[in-house]
Amino acid sequence: MNGAFAGSLARFGSVALFLLQVLRACGPALARPRLIAHQVYNCGARSLVIIMLCGLFVGMVLGLQGYDLLARFGSESALGVAATLGLLKELGPVVTALLFAGRAGTALTSEIGLMRATDQLTAMQMMAVDPMRRVIAPRFIGGLIAMPLLAAVFNVIGIFGAQLVGVTLLGVDQGTFWSQMQNAVELSDVNEGIVKSFAFGVICSLLAVYEGYNAVPTAEGVGLATTRTVVASSVMTLVIDYMLTAAFLKA
Amino acid sequence: MDVRNVHYGVGSRKIFDGVDITVERGSITAVMGPSGTGKTTLLRLITGQVAPASGSVQVFGADVAAMRQGQLFALRRRMGMLFQNGALLTDLNVFENVAFPAREHTRLPEPLLRRLVLMKLQAVGLRGAALLMPQELSGGMARRVALARAIVMDPEILIYDEPFVGLDPISMGVVCRLIRQLNDALGITSIVVSHDVQEVSSIADRSYLLAGGKVIAAGSSEELRATPEPAVRQFMEGSADGPVPFHYPAGDYRAQLLGSEDLT
Repeated sequence: MNGAFAGSLARFGSVALFLLQVLRACGPALARPRLIAHQVYNCGARSLVIIMLCGLFVGMVLGLQGYDLLARFGSESALGVAATLGLLKELGPVVTALLFAGRAGTALTSEIGLMRATDQLTAMQMMAVDPMRRVIAPRFIGGLIAMPLLAAVFNVIGIFGAQLVGVTLLGVDQGTFWSQMQNAVELSDVNEGIVKSFAFGVICSLLAVYEGYNAVPTAEGVGLATTRTVVASSVMTLVIDYMLTAAFLKA
Repeated sequence: MDVRNVHYGVGSRKIFDGVDITVERGSITAVMGPSGTGKTTLLRLITGQVAPASGSVQVFGADVAAMRQGQLFALRRRMGMLFQNGALLTDLNVFENVAFPAREHTRLPEPLLRRLVLMKLQAVGLRGAALLMPQELSGGMARRVALARAIVMDPEILIYDEPFVGLDPISMGVVCRLIRQLNDALGITSIVVSHDVQEVSSIADRSYLLAGGKVIAAGSSEELRATPEPAVRQFMEGSADGPVPFHYPAGDYRAQLLGSEDLT
């Protein structure tokens, strides 16, 4: 028990130190936008289909459940507001982060882990190229940029899905659906979602590159590191989500 | 380059126990030894990836272990290294792999860079493979591409880590010839770490034989072959049993076969 606690504390510390190293390498990496653009494409564009598909279904489920719940109080007209706030503030950032960890995070970890296993990172160091700047930082920044964008796409598609079920299928009035939404949703609600998705982007990208960089350089080690990325990213996303939600409600 | 009285260990395991190696400018120096004698560790010491517990490693007259990251990177720009498996960057094609160090360290205009890379690829005979991806290369080709990458910045020292492992005889001959040619044509100082006695002997000016954390023999290939010492003879001739025993230390064979106790 004591050992496990010390172990996770040590891991937390080593992730924090790694973050400092990554941040120090971010400056030089920012000077090479093409490397970063490539990574935004890698984590972002390639996750787009799964994000859109899941966004659609989450939105449709919100439409069904929201309608069922609101109808009990005779306030189906609030469906647009309920679905949109749920998506913007919670489901959008959180579900996107979970999908991002599973799709892009694992890809990052296994890619970097395999580069380690095949001596590519050492070879770079031998060529006087710092892998932190050339490999890690661009991927970290790429994930950071991709994550809020993906969450935004998820939200848009999700609202469309809720509208599809609520208005087209269950007969909520189109006008009330949209006008109530416009009246009730504040800019601060949108901002809350953006802050959250950005925070999740930091944590998911950081854990993905950390696990890859520190993977035991064998097939088994890379596999384990990939698993750890998903588990740690998912757990941390939900924990941080709670803390941010509490902070926003208090503010 | 000078390795003086180096001691190094990992945990309680001693790897080097007072090793002295001198590499002369412009020569090919071979470091041989059975697997697990720390040949690769020696390269890590020379390139400053690890620091010796005591003793000193000097390259171009400066102590590697005392260098800061910036100085170390400056030193490594004057060195090229060939890894066991080539260590090509798998997301770049052959041309971009060879161009990689130049792109990272210089701002050469594209036409010049193109010519430079093509010349290096021509030197290893793979100009025609410029657009292939590393996955499409055979082991020998990958190693030649890595060699082209190692010389693209015109290093003064080239380090080869097991350049012959896993190659067919033809590729082996090609790599062998390339090492000699590059050394002579470009005036590079070469260090070859290997356990392929035949190939190494044919190109090395001077060889060191490592065993048990010490240099047990040094000299030209002929001198090594003529050494009467049994440990050296065993390695050079490749006999299965000798001072390095065939059997890993174990309990009594008969007792273990007939008994039923655990394999402890």
